[in-house]
Amino acid sequence: MGNVQNTPHRADVGVVDSSVQHAAHAHAAPTGFIRKYIFSLDHKVIGLQYYFLALASVFTGLILSVLMRIHLVWPEWAIPGIGIIKDEQYLGLLTLHGTFMVFFVLTTAPQSGFGNYFLPIQIGAADMAFPVLNMLSFWTTFAAFIVMLGAFFTVMPIAGWTSYPTLSALPNAGSLPWGQDLWLLSIALFCAASLMGALNFITTTLDLRCKGMSLWRMPLTCWTWFVTAILGLLAFGVLLSGGLLLLLDRNAGTSFFVPGGLVVNGVQQRHEGGSPLLWQHLFWFFGHPEVYIAILPGMGVASQLLSTFSRKPIFGYRAMVFAVMAIGLLGFMVWGHHMFMSGMSPYTAFAFSLMTMAIGVPSAIKTFNWLGTMWRGKIRFYTPMLFAIGFVSLFVSGGLSGPFLAQPTLDIPLHDTFFVVAHFHLIMGVAAIFGIFAATYYWFPKMFGRMMSESLGRLHFWFTFVGTYAIFMPMHYEGMAGRPRRYGSMVVAGGLFNRLAALMPLEKFISIAAFVTAAAQLIFVINLFWSMKKGEKAPVNPWEATTLEWTIPSPPPHDNFAGNTPVVNHGPYEYSVPGVERDYVMQTDPASVHAH
Amino acid sequence: MADAVVVHPGAEAYEPSWFRTYSKKIGMWLFLLSDSLTFGALLFAYSYNRLSTPGWPTPFHVESIRNASIMTGFLLTSSLTMVLAVLASSRGDRAWTRNWLLATMAFGAGFVLLHAAEWNKLIGEGLRWPLFQTLFDLQPGTNPEYVAATRNFPQFGGTFFALTGMHMLHVTIGIIYLGAVALRKMWLPILGVLAILCWWAPGPFHYGFYVLLFGLAICAIVLLLKPMDYTDHDIEVSGLYWHFVDLVWMFIFPLVYLMSTRISS
Ligand SMILES: [Cu+2]
Repeated sequence: MGNVQNTPHRADVGVVDSSVQHAAHAHAAPTGFIRKYIFSLDHKVIGLQYYFLALASVFTGLILSVLMRIHLVWPEWAIPGIGIIKDEQYLGLLTLHGTFMVFFVLTTAPQSGFGNYFLPIQIGAADMAFPVLNMLSFWTTFAAFIVMLGAFFTVMPIAGWTSYPTLSALPNAGSLPWGQDLWLLSIALFCAASLMGALNFITTTLDLRCKGMSLWRMPLTCWTWFVTAILGLLAFGVLLSGGLLLLLDRNAGTSFFVPGGLVVNGVQQRHEGGSPLLWQHLFWFFGHPEVYIAILPGMGVASQLLSTFSRKPIFGYRAMVFAVMAIGLLGFMVWGHHMFMSGMSPYTAFAFSLMTMAIGVPSAIKTFNWLGTMWRGKIRFYTPMLFAIGFVSLFVSGGLSGPFLAQPTLDIPLHDTFFVVAHFHLIMGVAAIFGIFAATYYWFPKMFGRMMSESLGRLHFWFTFVGTYAIFMPMHYEGMAGRPRRYGSMVVAGGLFNRLAALMPLEKFISIAAFVTAAAQLIFVINLFWSMKKGEKAPVNPWEATTLEWTIPSPPPHDNFAGNTPVVNHGPYEYSVPGVERDYVMQTDPASVHAH
Repeated sequence: MADAVVVHPGAEAYEPSWFRTYSKKIGMWLFLLSDSLTFGALLFAYSYNRLSTPGWPTPFHVESIRNASIMTGFLLTSSLTMVLAVLASSRGDRAWTRNWLLATMAFGAGFVLLHAAEWNKLIGEGLRWPLFQTLFDLQPGTNPEYVAATRNFPQFGGTFFALTGMHMLHVTIGIIYLGAVALRKMWLPILGVLAILCWWAPGPFHYGFYVLLFGLAICAIVLLLKPMDYTDHDIEVSGLYWHFVDLVWMFIFPLVYLMSTRISS
């Protein structure tokens, strides 16, 4: 093979043919409704499809969490249409809440949604490298979503979003047929879709940057989408294998994850020779990078917005890029910190612990650079900026409990308590959601050609920001007091948790805070749909930002740059450049705008 | 604007491509990277199970190894013909490109058929997944060693069929892929006939029907969306996939076959 490629003829064809490649997806803008909005090849339509899929999922997940909070505090309430929530159903709600949120919201919206829409535009491309693959990727994700919804209407899976065997592997241990099988099928589809998306993102970033857009001139959003795609490419393949093996265990009688001699409900299991730890290794090899897949695009958005709205260049651009790369790299070496409880050689645990602590370094670099960016800036407190600052705040608050949990001696008592719930909801869940909100408020004018309401946006921010802290801060305390996670209501007279009865007022407070915060999300929905129809018309560059999407009409035309690829002369963060009349320099401004 | 014909800019409008090559090739390399992790995870699962099971059986005999070696020969030969197809396409010789592709498919199909015969023989002799028993209502195995391995070490059969099955699936996908490249729309009816033939295949190969039917659907969609003839890039990219599948076999053959062989008898 090497021989073949090295002949001069081949090399020539390889380079010249890039033009054939690009010319190959020259296409007319589709006119029919189906080709335009349903089976569209346009990265912008696909990005919006992903975004609205994530929106449907986030409200599904939100309703599930409200039901969970009801069960925890008022287990006797009969919910219309559902009835009284039983403890097993609580586990089902917990499983589907986690699954929808992690896969269909945190993985889908920031990367596949906004990434699809804005990566090609920000690097000056007319579309993704493989538009057909892009469409297939979305529809596979959609199929995964439908299959997961199917799990609602069967016996819900109860093994958590991590689906640990043996619970998930043995139908008669509670994970009855259908629910868990649909879960696994859905996740397998989701893996395949994510792999298609990831290789498309990477190829696009490598191949379709317009003239002058060197890697070091890419906005940090593009860097984070790029690194996230690499993480997805390496992580989802492993989850796919794990999921297939677990499907075999459930349906083909193998026992990759089930040890021998197990007796469930008095019945000796017909499995032998496997190990539940194997699943944990395969799952967390995916699972830890997954939390960075969720959070990295948010970091990119925060960097972008903090610089734009502080009217200052991002502090330490290259340091930010290297920090993202370091986080991505270290992210593959720390999965064992999820398994300290599962039994592990102290030496292995020590190594995993040390690596995990090491991630604190690039994370701190990012945090200090964000603060440095805002320091003495002329800050414009628009809604997207508020959410970007909120992102940093949640990232710090959630991140500080990380080094505690990274130590096996502290992790073992804390791991199965609400302390961990608080930790990952702050840093991975709500922080990433704040990234999504910030991105929505920031890019809405570009995507829909209208501005969102600023006053509704601020109202939404303050309710959500205060609400989030009101919900999750007390959970740290509950966890330290010994409140276990993944348990149904503690309100059982004379039950196991009498000793935790003193926490009940706090539980009630959390539930009420959760209801208020959930209700406040309606402000966002109203703002979103009202502004689409009635919002003030958006100019080309409402935020006076510098990147390429702000040089084209709002909303952008079908091929982004009307057949002309832009030429880039500047970096992405040239704000308040001395000696320049305006306080910002567009990336496409002539090189002569200032001497650099 | 919406109805205007879009003219996408050519390569000169972009920064030089990475690796000085075209996007499809990078895309395929990236896919192979992720697929090697998928296989890596399976091999890890196999090794994990094997190491944690004392007394892992080694029931394969010279006969199995002979058969597997012939299969390996088929696969290696198919890699050679694939290289010849890529060479022919870079010369612009379309007739020989297609011939070599068909030869590659033939050797690949030979591999799958031999593998299928091997599977059926092993199943008949008693090496099984627990599922096979209920699905096919099988007679007790004829070879006591395999019967004992299946009974005492269910993970032996479990890992054997999972790993070789996953690989066989990849070879089958490769054949479908090369067929779509070499024969375009002509491939669809042929694939349909092959799928129907699979319906009557013995043992687990009955399920090949669904695999081929699924492949037929994907081929039809792709050929509908991209009706043009192949370029030499398509040949090179499909070649990458084919060689990768061969390479995976070079891990599976020693790990699954050779390491489970008792040489003495
Ligand atoms: Cu982790």
